[in-house]
Amino acid sequence: MTIETTPPVRTLAPAARAVEVLGGDLTEGSLRRYLNGIPGVDAVGLEQRAAGLGTRSIKTTSKKWALDTVIELIDLTTLEGADTPGKVRSLAAKALTPDPSDPSTPRPAAVCVYGDMVPYAVEALGAAHAGAVRRAGGTGGVNVAAVATAFPSGRASLKVKLADTAEAVAAGADEIDMVIDRGAFLSGRYGLVFDEIVAVKEACRREDGTYAHLKVILETGELNTYDNVRRASWLSILAGGDFIKTSTGKVSPAATLPVTLLMLEVVRDWHLLTGEEIGVKPAGGIRSSKDAIKYLVTVAETVGERWLQPHLFRFGASSLLNDVLLQRQKLATGHYSGADYVTID
Amino acid sequence: MSFLEYAPAPESRSILNLRDQYGLFIDGEFVDGHGTPFQTISPATEERLATIATADSSDVDAAVAAARRAYDRVWSRMSGSDRGKYLFRIARLVQERARELAVAESLDNGKPIKESRDVDVPLVAAWFFYYAGWADKLEHAGLGPAPRALGVAAQVIPWNFPLLMLAWKIAPALAAGNTVVLKPAETTPLTALLFAEIVQQADLPAGVVNIVTGAGETGRDLVAHPDVNKVAFTGSTAVGREIARTVAGTSKKLTLELGGKAANIVFDDAPIDQAVEGIVNGIFFNQGHVCCAGSRLLVQESIHDEVVERLKSRLSTLRLGDPLDKNTDIGAINSAEQLQRIRELSDIGEAEGAERWTADCEIPENGFWFAPTIFDNVSTSHRIAREEIFGPVLSVLTFRTPAEAIAKANNTPYGLSAGIWSEKGSRILAVADKLRAGVVWANTFNRFDPASPFGGYKESGYGREGGRHGLGAYLVPGRSLAPASPLRIPAVRPTRKGASK
Repeated sequence: MTIETTPPVRTLAPAARAVEVLGGDLTEGSLRRYLNGIPGVDAVGLEQRAAGLGTRSIKTTSKKWALDTVIELIDLTTLEGADTPGKVRSLAAKALTPDPSDPSTPRPAAVCVYGDMVPYAVEALGAAHAGAVRRAGGTGGVNVAAVATAFPSGRASLKVKLADTAEAVAAGADEIDMVIDRGAFLSGRYGLVFDEIVAVKEACRREDGTYAHLKVILETGELNTYDNVRRASWLSILAGGDFIKTSTGKVSPAATLPVTLLMLEVVRDWHLLTGEEIGVKPAGGIRSSKDAIKYLVTVAETVGERWLQPHLFRFGASSLLNDVLLQRQKLATGHYSGADYVTID
Repeated sequence: MSFLEYAPAPESRSILNLRDQYGLFIDGEFVDGHGTPFQTISPATEERLATIATADSSDVDAAVAAARRAYDRVWSRMSGSDRGKYLFRIARLVQERARELAVAESLDNGKPIKESRDVDVPLVAAWFFYYAGWADKLEHAGLGPAPRALGVAAQVIPWNFPLLMLAWKIAPALAAGNTVVLKPAETTPLTALLFAEIVQQADLPAGVVNIVTGAGETGRDLVAHPDVNKVAFTGSTAVGREIARTVAGTSKKLTLELGGKAANIVFDDAPIDQAVEGIVNGIFFNQGHVCCAGSRLLVQESIHDEVVERLKSRLSTLRLGDPLDKNTDIGAINSAEQLQRIRELSDIGEAEGAERWTADCEIPENGFWFAPTIFDNVSTSHRIAREEIFGPVLSVLTFRTPAEAIAKANNTPYGLSAGIWSEKGSRILAVADKLRAGVVWANTFNRFDPASPFGGYKESGYGREGGRHGLGAYLVPGRSLAPASPLRIPAVRPTRKGASK
């Protein structure tokens, strides 16, 4: 095995966005200079702003709309070593019928599973799977998202990561949640991180030339500083990510409101710069409706209400859905029920 | 309907039981005033809230006499630790009645409930807790071994932070062993009168705190009263000057906390999103009714366009309206008179050639309102760059170098506060060192803490409030002990080992 070294002028894969923003001669050096030129983040101010957004009081009609929207934005997730086809089928069934007592309940955006579970998820969703809907010439349906690239650590060779991705796409995954190489990022090898994202994006290509949606997980809990998160967000967007996602859910802290706010600010700035819309997905640690609504407020007041759509914002969560359902039932009936009035998956 | 038009989320008024009429609080009791009573209204709706007594000079005499008696017989003889217990009790009562106080403050002043709830009232409690801790430690305040109280303090406070300014005045005065007669502003007397109820609830000895309500005349009587030992005033520079003239030649000690025209300096290496938040917080917090508001934005020319663009889009998300709605960011202007002044100065700004931009927001029919406004291309010679507007109006000026930023920031008769935004620590320290302002915030704005002294330079007043320094305004330094013999410097040099410590 050979250990990769960084030549002084390393030419990077010519990702279209990066070429447009940084110019044609894309190198490790030019990328580094660009990322280092981005204004810093003041941690105290960022957290204060996030806390301020968290004090918005969402009541009555606004709350009703918010709860339904939260459900539509959920990636219903199971990422356990103990996952089985049975567990995945159960999760898919939950996605199709979130609340058996209320058929008007919207469906979550996607189910999110490990790569080897994709076929079971696709099969369980059946005609409601977004892929099937698409083939039938329609739009909508529940997506299947697969975590890939040696999730959650990402510690594998590029070859393995690409095979992981391609296999999930071939099995019918509509979305790929990849992890960046945090080790490479923290040691300053931005070019390596960049090239890997470009390569994984290419591996998302389907036979018909379309691409599975690529979500790039930064694992903000390991990047540690807000400055790092901001740089990694820009890097991921420049390399071609469709979404930037906070966390794997396997590292603490996972998603926080300040980190999500910061990533939304990058997405807003990218939109101002290029007109292009990038998605954001906080994942891990969002368990209550109250917390989820704080995120909706943050999205609406930072990038605009337009972002509150499944192709631009997602929650990566497993237990959030049931709390939202309980709140939804409360709004409808006027009284709280209990955990046994929503289904476990 | 758009999600961003959040459904109304009003804080309930039911917690607040206002009386129809309030008297003066003298010697531990509410008594009738001898002046003509006046109405206090809600500036958001112009609805009448209560009828308030006016203290004439005989009432002021009675209040000062009560304070003198309480000082002579009780308060000056009480141990510091016992005074501290009363202050702790007041602090806890403020916390217990926090929601009620917040609702009353927002009703009477017009400020958003989120500010009265999250800023004003918690700080009021913090101020009493902080000075309660000082009450038995005065000998450690750096004023000599046994500093003494001054006696009776006359305190006159403004309408922008009615209860908080009361706390800034009363807490250190009582901790230091003084008794007080306080006059709240004419347009915002309610929370001071609720505070009088708290004083009763805390069983504070009668006469230690007296509250007299009324207009300017009551304030004049109080400040000029011959049996007052100390005058503390927060308000406009014009009134401050008048008070200084009144007090001149007497033995009264005086502290003044007056106007400001603070520069908020944004360098090109600033954390831009947080700087925008800081600018917003600096001038639109409390509708800009803040003496230390960052009313002059000094932005480096190279990032001017970007900052102003971002500022405008941020301002478009501010929500103006019912102060009691928990989602309101900008409340009502406190009075018709103040609204008139803001309008006048804004019109002058436009006439002088500054570029006016106003956030697009719906203005309620009743009440006094002014939408957040930015003036771009302002020059140092414009009146809106010199005079305190005391409203939600920001003047934007540019600079090219740090030296120019400092010169422009200091080019004002005021000197209360300033802000610096930069990611470069050394620059922050170097610039802060050269700014002639009492408070300099770095990468933040409008942050207050009872442990931190606050006060101004030049026409922004003199004396400091808050922290250990704030105690000094209410104490006579103790006589220092005469040194028994000259200090002897040891002839033996410290050993190498000792020196390395």
